[in-house]
Amino acid sequence: MVCATTVVNVTVIATEALSKRFPRVTALDRLSLDIGPGVTGLVGANGAGKSTMIKILLGLSPATEGRAAVLGFDVATDGAAIRESVGYMPEHDCLPPDVSATELVVHMARMSGLPPTAARERTADTLRHVGLYEERYRPIGGYSTGMKQRVKLAQALVHDPKLVLLDEPTNGLDPVGRDEMLNLIRRVYTEFGISVLVTSHLLGELERTCDHVVVIDGGKLLRSSSTSDFTQNTATLAVEVTDTDTHPDGTRALREALTAAGLSLHVGEEDGLPGAGHILLIEATGEETYDVVRDTVAELGLGLVRMEQRRHHIAEVFRAKDAEREAARDALTAGDGQAVPAQPGTAEFALQKGGGSDER
Amino acid sequence: MSADLTQIHNIGYRNYDGPRLGRAYARRSLYSQSLRGSYGLGRSAKSKILPMILFAVMCVPAAIMVAVAVATKSNDLPVEYTRYAIFTQALIALYLAAQAPQSVSRDLRFKTVPLYFSRPIERFDYVVAKYGAMASALFILTAAPLLVLYIGSLLAKMDFADQTKGFGQGLVSVALLSLLFGGLGLVMAALTPRRGFGVAAVIATLTITYGAVSTVQAIAFETGSSGAVQWLGLFSPITLIDGVQTAFLGATTSFPGSAGPSAGVGVVYLLVVLALILGSYAVLMRRYRKVGL
Repeated sequence: MVCATTVVNVTVIATEALSKRFPRVTALDRLSLDIGPGVTGLVGANGAGKSTMIKILLGLSPATEGRAAVLGFDVATDGAAIRESVGYMPEHDCLPPDVSATELVVHMARMSGLPPTAARERTADTLRHVGLYEERYRPIGGYSTGMKQRVKLAQALVHDPKLVLLDEPTNGLDPVGRDEMLNLIRRVYTEFGISVLVTSHLLGELERTCDHVVVIDGGKLLRSSSTSDFTQNTATLAVEVTDTDTHPDGTRALREALTAAGLSLHVGEEDGLPGAGHILLIEATGEETYDVVRDTVAELGLGLVRMEQRRHHIAEVFRAKDAEREAARDALTAGDGQAVPAQPGTAEFALQKGGGSDER
Repeated sequence: MSADLTQIHNIGYRNYDGPRLGRAYARRSLYSQSLRGSYGLGRSAKSKILPMILFAVMCVPAAIMVAVAVATKSNDLPVEYTRYAIFTQALIALYLAAQAPQSVSRDLRFKTVPLYFSRPIERFDYVVAKYGAMASALFILTAAPLLVLYIGSLLAKMDFADQTKGFGQGLVSVALLSLLFGGLGLVMAALTPRRGFGVAAVIATLTITYGAVSTVQAIAFETGSSGAVQWLGLFSPITLIDGVQTAFLGATTSFPGSAGPSAGVGVVYLLVVLALILGSYAVLMRRYRKVGL
């Protein structure tokens, strides 16, 4: 957190009514954002405009309309200055197989303007920080996907940027690799003091890593809020109980009892999944919800098969997008001139089982 | 950032406060990396073999000629400085076909280009560094045997002024050849991310055009239309160089009947060469505008 103290209250990325139109597609539509230091997640389905956004922020693609500034530099005029203090990790494979990680990263450090000696020192440091040790002298062609992702991250960090743009860094990784990469990204900010903009199509994995999450769809801002807001809204409790002689339909008995206790339940959310009829989804408002559920189940004398927290799926944010667009349009016509993030809670979330790797 | 704070976090990450040398430095670094790469330096042992063999094969005949000239106490080298590259054009074509795709197709094929363009360097820097490196590599390949000849001629105590003039003309000629061939080779390699296609395209362009031009020239000469010979030379890279050096650098042409271009037609040759060099640069700039990220 060395740098964090010096950049508090400074906007890292600011966009104002940023639009990018191609002949047939509108990639970004009047997007206004204000991103501060920290780890920010940029979430959207494929084609939502995430990569277009990154290109504009690097000053490589002019915006059709609107303005954007990175670290205080205007993307339209100061592209070179931005690229000197920003690191970029592409989504796709970008590593030549016949050179070693050390050779590639040293070369890229020099491309960022580091003198030869400094380039070698920083390369050794950076590769160690991302977790590459002896293997860094071997040709990249023999690396696993996880190691390649680390090399890609290292080349983005080697010149000690103030901000890194990571495009889908968990792509193609197994669950363990995903967790390691997410922890590494978290460390990039907490230990290295480098702000991070990370894109993903999985809200679940960004919730754990990011301080702030921005959701875009079809080039429009769907939602922008701190992760704590998300977690509050997304806490859903799944409860499954057994039937007893006293209560032949234990699930219904519990549903009635909980409704009487004043808890709100989601109905029919688990359709299509095994055991759908036997699982109750309860909106958790806080610690006390757990107590109420436990006590109610005990009173009824039912067997508690499971009680677990459910993660929410990004797709559900999109399912409610029509309503949100309506809201955004209203806000625009009201003269606000800014796509307003929809009210938390209007988007009803479906469930995501497991770590979210099923998305791909 | 106070010192004690830095101390605490020093076990982990260290920030970089040193100089950042900017675009010009990055361009030079890319140039030297590409130039070294053209001879396999800083790459695997396997990729050193071909360029090193070609380099040796280029120099050996020069060394033999020198040895013969010294032994026989000849007053002249058996070959003109300006003719050497024409005789060894197949080797030059082979070298270009192997190294031009290595230099640019690799970055395109493995999509390394975005890593460059997300840094301070611009399209101009990338193209100039790659073009410069390829032309320099060709220049080293073609000028080294001339240097061997020149040193040999001085050892054999040939006329110093004559030899220096010849050597200078030879250097100008191979410099022009390096720029022309380098540009054409890179354009063809940059248009094909597949390395094999790049190799084939370079070889085909250089050998087929030369074969066609010299055949048609021979036919034109035999059928008595000698005037056409000097114009036909405009259609292949190596005959272009031949024409330019015949007109301006005191070279003897390889055209049939020694019907090289006169100074007036030579201007056209020179203009075509310059247009091709600038055209190659323009095509490369255009090509990388599309690639970007």
